[in-house]
Amino acid sequence: MSGIGIVSAQCAHFTQPLHLKGGGVLPAFDLVYETYGTLNAARSNAILVCHALSGHHHLAGRTADEFGKPTANVGWWDNIIGPGRPLDTERFFIVGVNNLGGCHGSTGPGSVNPATAKPWGADFPVVTVEDWVDSQARLADRLGIESWAAVMGGSLGGMQALQWTLSYPDRVRHALVIAAAPKLSAENIAFNDVARQAILTDPDFHGGHFYEHGVRPLRGLRLARMLGHITYLSDDQMAEKFGRRLRVGAGSYGFDVEFEIESYLRYQGDKFAGVFDANTYLRMTKALDYFDPALDFDDDLVRALARARAKFLVVAFSTDWRFTPARSREIVHALVHNGQAVAYAEIDSAHGHDSFLMDEPHYHAVVDTYLQRVKL
Amino acid sequence: MSATAGGPRPVGSPLGGPQGGAARNTEPHQRRTAVTPSHGAGAGGQAVQFRADFDLIASWVQPGERVLDLGCGDGSLLKRLIEERGAKGYGVELEDASVLAAIANDINVIQGDLEQGLAGFDDGTFNHVVLSRTLQTVRHTERILGEMLRVGREAVVSFPNFAYWKNRLAVMGGRMPVSEDLPYEWFDTPNLRFFTLLDFEALCAKMGFVIRERRVLDEAGRLVLEEPNFLGSLAVYRLGR
Repeated sequence: MSGIGIVSAQCAHFTQPLHLKGGGVLPAFDLVYETYGTLNAARSNAILVCHALSGHHHLAGRTADEFGKPTANVGWWDNIIGPGRPLDTERFFIVGVNNLGGCHGSTGPGSVNPATAKPWGADFPVVTVEDWVDSQARLADRLGIESWAAVMGGSLGGMQALQWTLSYPDRVRHALVIAAAPKLSAENIAFNDVARQAILTDPDFHGGHFYEHGVRPLRGLRLARMLGHITYLSDDQMAEKFGRRLRVGAGSYGFDVEFEIESYLRYQGDKFAGVFDANTYLRMTKALDYFDPALDFDDDLVRALARARAKFLVVAFSTDWRFTPARSREIVHALVHNGQAVAYAEIDSAHGHDSFLMDEPHYHAVVDTYLQRVKL
Repeated sequence: MSATAGGPRPVGSPLGGPQGGAARNTEPHQRRTAVTPSHGAGAGGQAVQFRADFDLIASWVQPGERVLDLGCGDGSLLKRLIEERGAKGYGVELEDASVLAAIANDINVIQGDLEQGLAGFDDGTFNHVVLSRTLQTVRHTERILGEMLRVGREAVVSFPNFAYWKNRLAVMGGRMPVSEDLPYEWFDTPNLRFFTLLDFEALCAKMGFVIRERRVLDEAGRLVLEEPNFLGSLAVYRLGR
């Protein structure tokens, strides 16, 4: 399929201070975003797609090189967005935004702190899902979108979609919460902390001010990604894809890369460490850890979700052990208890947590069918 | 048709008439009310054409009440209850194709396996919990009935009556019955349990359920008033605690 072709990012600058949940204030900030399709006259066909831990605003299509030719840089959710795809750009106006604290153009730890004229580094505040949603609401204002036809996301992105329905109940008509959870489990937080410790204990981290030292904590970031990646796959899938296959011949009884899975993980770790910011990684994982809309309601998710007015599609994947289907069902059952509108699909998929990024036919059919009934 | 080949098969089909085994199996109309092996009553594109029990169920639902339909298929019953009765409906369905069809019908469908129970649904959430033509396909019979009356104040259960006279006659003739309400052959039936009105009522008594209302229908969907365990092909019950 042809997809949507060449896309380019835009930047919105905001000068109204943003008060953060953690107590800090961002005096001003930039949000980098991409849009696909056309906003209709009634401004009723906009869908916000929120990204997960390592994602960004480039959802679909290809970026162009300096000669205007398409590059190999395809958006991370290209398989679901485009003409005739579930997020049909002939019908919907799709918005992807890089979250605050990110490292793909929006204001983040690598940006210059106006107070010091140096990169924020460790001084960049910890941002939360609620903060992201607030900043995204500013972008919606800027784009003239009073209410989203849908807010959608997978994993941490799904948490943002859920938070949208709570922070701005009147501004989101449908929430597509995919491979998400109402809060992290202790095990999930534990994984995140090991990842953070890998970064924090890297000598090149310099307390988060590595930019000034001209180095980057690549080893820590690489380890963090390797660990994370394990948790995004399923045991079955790893067994099928790599098994116990050795890269070359027999084992050398040493500690070089021997098994295919080792090679794969190191490749993924290196690739990620080359392009991602360690301070961003720390903040994204913290945002995950802190997300807990029921906290202010005595851990009662039913009461926490009561103020949502959106209709929900919740999707989970059978082999996702990071955010199991049981976690998605917590959201579903709270909504049912409240008499709120929700459809729930549990997709048989071999790809673990990463399934939400895959072109699973039934999964895409569910999203497609759900969005077709969304009234504009 | 030879009377000697298949014997006097009381299939009771007004359209197909009694046929030999092989021919019967190709009669498409006989499967129109079939349940899928996974509780997908009225599943798939074969939307409900003729579900006499739906009329009864619809008459029992009051405006604004909350209904949970177990094995909701494409959501036909719920759609009707929402549109005609102003009910607030949710469905549980296992089959992918049916879940998709229910989503297309704008139904609050929750994908899941009834055999796992209704964990997660809070006690007393629903006014009615419906299990339409599905109980005979469920392995954990007592558990699902108990769960229905946990999450709902009333359970509405419909099932084919194995003691219907035509079914009895089929067995007397030496063959398993195939009828409007038991539309499968023995070798491809999704039905696990074969029971009668009396069997079901004995189980209700054992489980301490109160039968609030019982309606029994013949194959044409007409109300049966006398000898229901003999003349009734489909039974519909309202149960409470």
